[in-house]
Amino acid sequence: MIQHIAEQFPTVFAALNVGFLQTVKLFVVTLLGAIPFGLLISFGSMSKIKAISATVKTVVWIVRGSPLMIQLLIIYYFPGLVLHTPIWGSGEQGRFIAAAIAFIINYACYFSEIYRSGIQGVPIGQTEAGKVLGLSKSQIFFKVTLLQMIKRIMPPMANEIITLVKDTSLARIIALQEVIWAGQAFLKGSQGISGEIWPLFFTAVYYLAFSGLLTLLFGYIEKKLSYFR
Amino acid sequence: MAFFEVNNLIKSFGKTKVLKGVSFSLEKGEVLAIIGSSGGGKTTLLRCINFLELADSGTISVGGKVLYDGTVDKKMSDTKMREMRLHFGLVFQNFNLFPQYTALKNVMLAPLLLKIDREENIASTARELIDRVGLSDKADFYPCQLSGGQQQRVAIARALALKPDILCFDEPTSALDPELTGEVLRVIKGLKSSDSTMVVVTHEMEFARNVADKIIFMADGVIEEMGTPEQLFEHPQSEKTKAFLSRSLER
Ligand SMILES: Nc1ncnc2c1ncn2[C@@H]1O[C@H](COP(=O)(O)OP(=O)(O)OP(=O)(O)O)[C@@H](O)[C@H]1O
Ligand SMILES: [Mg+2]
Repeated sequence: MIQHIAEQFPTVFAALNVGFLQTVKLFVVTLLGAIPFGLLISFGSMSKIKAISATVKTVVWIVRGSPLMIQLLIIYYFPGLVLHTPIWGSGEQGRFIAAAIAFIINYACYFSEIYRSGIQGVPIGQTEAGKVLGLSKSQIFFKVTLLQMIKRIMPPMANEIITLVKDTSLARIIALQEVIWAGQAFLKGSQGISGEIWPLFFTAVYYLAFSGLLTLLFGYIEKKLSYFR
Repeated sequence: MAFFEVNNLIKSFGKTKVLKGVSFSLEKGEVLAIIGSSGGGKTTLLRCINFLELADSGTISVGGKVLYDGTVDKKMSDTKMREMRLHFGLVFQNFNLFPQYTALKNVMLAPLLLKIDREENIASTARELIDRVGLSDKADFYPCQLSGGQQQRVAIARALALKPDILCFDEPTSALDPELTGEVLRVIKGLKSSDSTMVVVTHEMEFARNVADKIIFMADGVIEEMGTPEQLFEHPQSEKTKAFLSRSLER
């Protein structure tokens, strides 16, 4: 058994690495999009204009209340199968764009709620102390409240981001060639290996290593910010 | 005209009228203590003076110049508001120090951002102020490393750094343990010797009596009675004042 795996390992390892690269790419692109987009959504949900805040809150509720897997399926298949305008094309690149859009929307909605509680969690007295000292609105934001917000949102953001690592595997449902897909290929048969389940199990190691690394990183950042309360 | 004049301030929140025409004046270097029961509008008055709330009508003047006129100044530019605020300082009940900065940096932050002087001068002034509130050895401590009394003293130094014409205190000791109120009241008393004009909302009757030049008793949004400590504490005229004083003496 062991020897058998050892023989297959180089081939499997190379294929899983390629798949994992796609996983990491989806992870990075999702963060790059969802971090700023989430801020926009949080401003929308805190808007003084009722029509805006109500609309944004409803959308956030729908996105957070339904499974990401269904959102992926809708975004990927709806244009082609229902509207008969397959905007994504059929290749890997099209699948990636569709997946990235679904992930960015979904995660931006989660992030927006975290930002909102972070922004509202900084006591109003901080802003008032800044005002009384004659500071401008932007000075108050950048020099007084921003770091306090970042400190507040760090633990829930770390949780979400580590969940994202594992959630990227959902893109398997639209056949994005990420690491799970790469592992599964050896079950069906690929590069002369077929009927093997161990490569699929082995993909867990990639997720563990990646989330372990992120846990260390966030632990470091939180420690850096622990000098104040 | 007196150095600081507040004339007929009126302020409502929705349907509740909180200030119903408040007027008083203060000479330079004088200390005014405002006493009164809860909900009387003392905090609202200080917030209007510091433009955290805008009074619906009435005027606020400093040094003979009308800074704010409630009937015309409602939509003010941010810049004008900031200039007006610089005439006043406010020390909050719960300190509101910036937690991510040391005591010294809390004092320096606004002067640095407003570029009122060269950086080294700002730093040395800030150190002097920290000395003055008795915290020279705590200058590099973060607020979470300081006691409530020490935090409030830093907050006082921070407010002094911009040299406001009038420094306001909103119950500066009521968030503190009883054994820490003394150190803060001593610092405030110590400021009196200089030419700083102060308005202190307080429940500390002994302090009001010993330090203030003038006392206002506020109830239900109006000045019920105003006078020297002697007049107010020894010979109160209004029934409400008498009732309030006897209640606070019992405590
Ligand atoms: N932002 C606000 N919106 C609505 N009502 C307010 C607001 N701020 C104050 N009030 C009301 O105005 C009244 C006066 O409040 P204020 O805080 O000025 O009283 P105070 O004299 O400082 O009382 P205390 O001694 O308890 O601090 C209260 O009835 C309060 O409920
Ligand atoms: Mg009050």
